[in-house]
Formats: sequence, structure tokens, C-alpha cells
Amino acid sequence: MTWILYFLTGGFLVLSVLFSRENTKKALAKAWKSFINIVPAFLAVLLLVSFSVAFLPERVIASFIGEESGVLGQILASVLGSLTLIPGFIAFPMAKILVENGAGIAQMAVFVSTLMMVGVATAPLEASFFGWRATILRNGMAYFYSFVVGYAVWLTVAL
Amino acid sequence: MKRRQILKRWRLPLVSLLIVLPFAFWKPEFGKKALFLLGENILVVLGILPPVFILLGLFDVWIPRERVAPHMGEDSGVKGTVLSVVLGACSAGPLYIAFPVAEVMIRKGTSLRNIFVFIGAWSTMRIPMILFEIQNLGAVFGLTRYFVSLVGILLMALLMDRVLNTAEKTEIIARFQEE
Repeated sequence: MTWILYFLTGGFLVLSVLFSRENTKKALAKAWKSFINIVPAFLAVLLLVSFSVAFLPERVIASFIGEESGVLGQILASVLGSLTLIPGFIAFPMAKILVENGAGIAQMAVFVSTLMMVGVATAPLEASFFGWRATILRNGMAYFYSFVVGYAVWLTVAL
Repeated sequence: MKRRQILKRWRLPLVSLLIVLPFAFWKPEFGKKALFLLGENILVVLGILPPVFILLGLFDVWIPRERVAPHMGEDSGVKGTVLSVVLGACSAGPLYIAFPVAEVMIRKGTSLRNIFVFIGAWSTMRIPMILFEIQNLGAVFGLTRYFVSLVGILLMALLMDRVLNTAEKTEIIARFQEE
């Protein structure tokens, strides 16, 4: 996947150089500047993500929302979904197994929804772009909306 | 003065370090695993970021504001919103890449409301992901979540646009307009 990205970038770079060396230089300078600017925030995010994944392995998450049900289970699911940052290709198969083992549909939908929309670990990065107020606002709204998503999915799956 | 600037620049990772350190001491075993993961994650991110930033740099230099603003700016209406959803849904990669992309889009005149739609769509509506979700959790689950999320994204973007006052908005936009 990544090599496509490199291939594409290389292609555009060559094109850009052919059209104007001056502009290409400018583009690379901009790229370097944005990259350097973002490094501290990225380091913070990676620190938080690595630790949350290490301290909350899938097994632990499963034990939290696999057995419990009801509102408490949903709240737990939402907190876990907000704190962790699990890529979809791991999260979905895991959710499938949990559902097969009797986890509630609503909880699972809340978990998946917060996982995607709410990011506590990525908040520092987001804030470095949009400021803390906008970041808290977006994540807060997404957090509460995830319960709406959970309810809607629970309703339609029950149909 | 200089030291203070450095401190300000590195305050986020420092604060994060202070948050995670107690955990590392509490369970050194997990801490070790976390360090290993950190190294792995840094390598992954270092692999993705350079081409992304170079592409963004090229976009920034070659695509003039006039080519973007009418389609996604303040007066782009429904077309701008649809375009923002489609762009977010067709993206690939984790959410943290969406922020630098959004930065360049703002610089090219995209309205903040559309930026929030774009980020929302990127976070929950990516097409490869929904296909995988349907495969695992079923079409009813996946599609319901998808479309209820779409409604939420549009509502939240509207609300964000209303709640943030003009000063805050100009501040966000100004942050990206330095050059």
C-alpha cells in the first residue's frame, strides 16, 4: 500500500521538476516545514497510542464489554473506544467474535463508533491544528452522538 | 527565552510522557511492550508521512486557491458539502493524516464547515473500511452505522460552525495563512 504512495509521489515530483524547478523547491520546503512542525504533536500521539494499546490489549477489552450488558456496558464501550486507537482491520474481526459470543449489538456499535470518531490520543495533534476548543467540541459531540448510533443500530438489527 | 520556546514546542510530548510514566512504573512488563510498540509505530508513521507531506506541498504550490475555493468555500452550498463527504470517504489512511490535508484545504479556501464534514467523513465513512465492516458485522449493522453517522457528521459540522464564534474561526484560518 505504502509503495503506491511513494510511486505516486515520485511521479508527481518528476512532473513538477519538469515544469518548474523553482516551484518544486518551494513545494519541498513547505513539505519539510509542515513535517518539522508536526513532529512534537505526533510524538505525543504515538506515546499515548502505544501505551493505551499495551495496557489495554484486545483480551482485556473483550472481557470488559464481552460479558456485561446494559447502559454500563455501553458507557464502558464508549470509554474504551475513545481511549484506544485500533485500526479497522483488527477491530472489526474482534467485534465479530465478541458479538458471536453474546456481546450486545448496541455496545458494539457504540464501541465501533467512538473508536472511529473520538480520539483522546490524537487530541493533542488535532488541537495543534484546530485549537483545543474546537477539538474538545468535535470529540465531545462525536462521543455523545455515538450513543445515538448505538441505539439506531440496535433498533435496525432487532428488526 | 530560547529555552522557553523549546519547552513550548515540546510541551505536548512532555505532558504525554508524564501521563504514561506512572503506568510504565506500575507495570514494567506492559511498559516494555509499550516502548516496543512506540518504536514500531514511529517507523510506520515515518514511512507514511514523507510522501504525504511532499504531495501536500506539491498540491499547495501547483493548485491555485481559485481552483478550490468556488467548489468548497463559503458559497459552495450543497455541492461543497457533497464534495467534502466524497473526498473524506474516498480517502485512505488513519485520521491523523486528515489534519495536515485539512490544513492545505483551508489554505486553499475551503470553508471550516466543509472541513469538519471532511474530517468526519474521513473518520467514519472510508469506503474500504465500511466494506470490511459489512463483511464482519453484517450489512444491517454496517449500513445503519454508516448512514446514521453521515447524518451526525453533517449535524455536527453545522453545530461546530454555529458554536465557534467568528474570532475563533478567523484564528483557526489565520493559523494556516502565515505565508
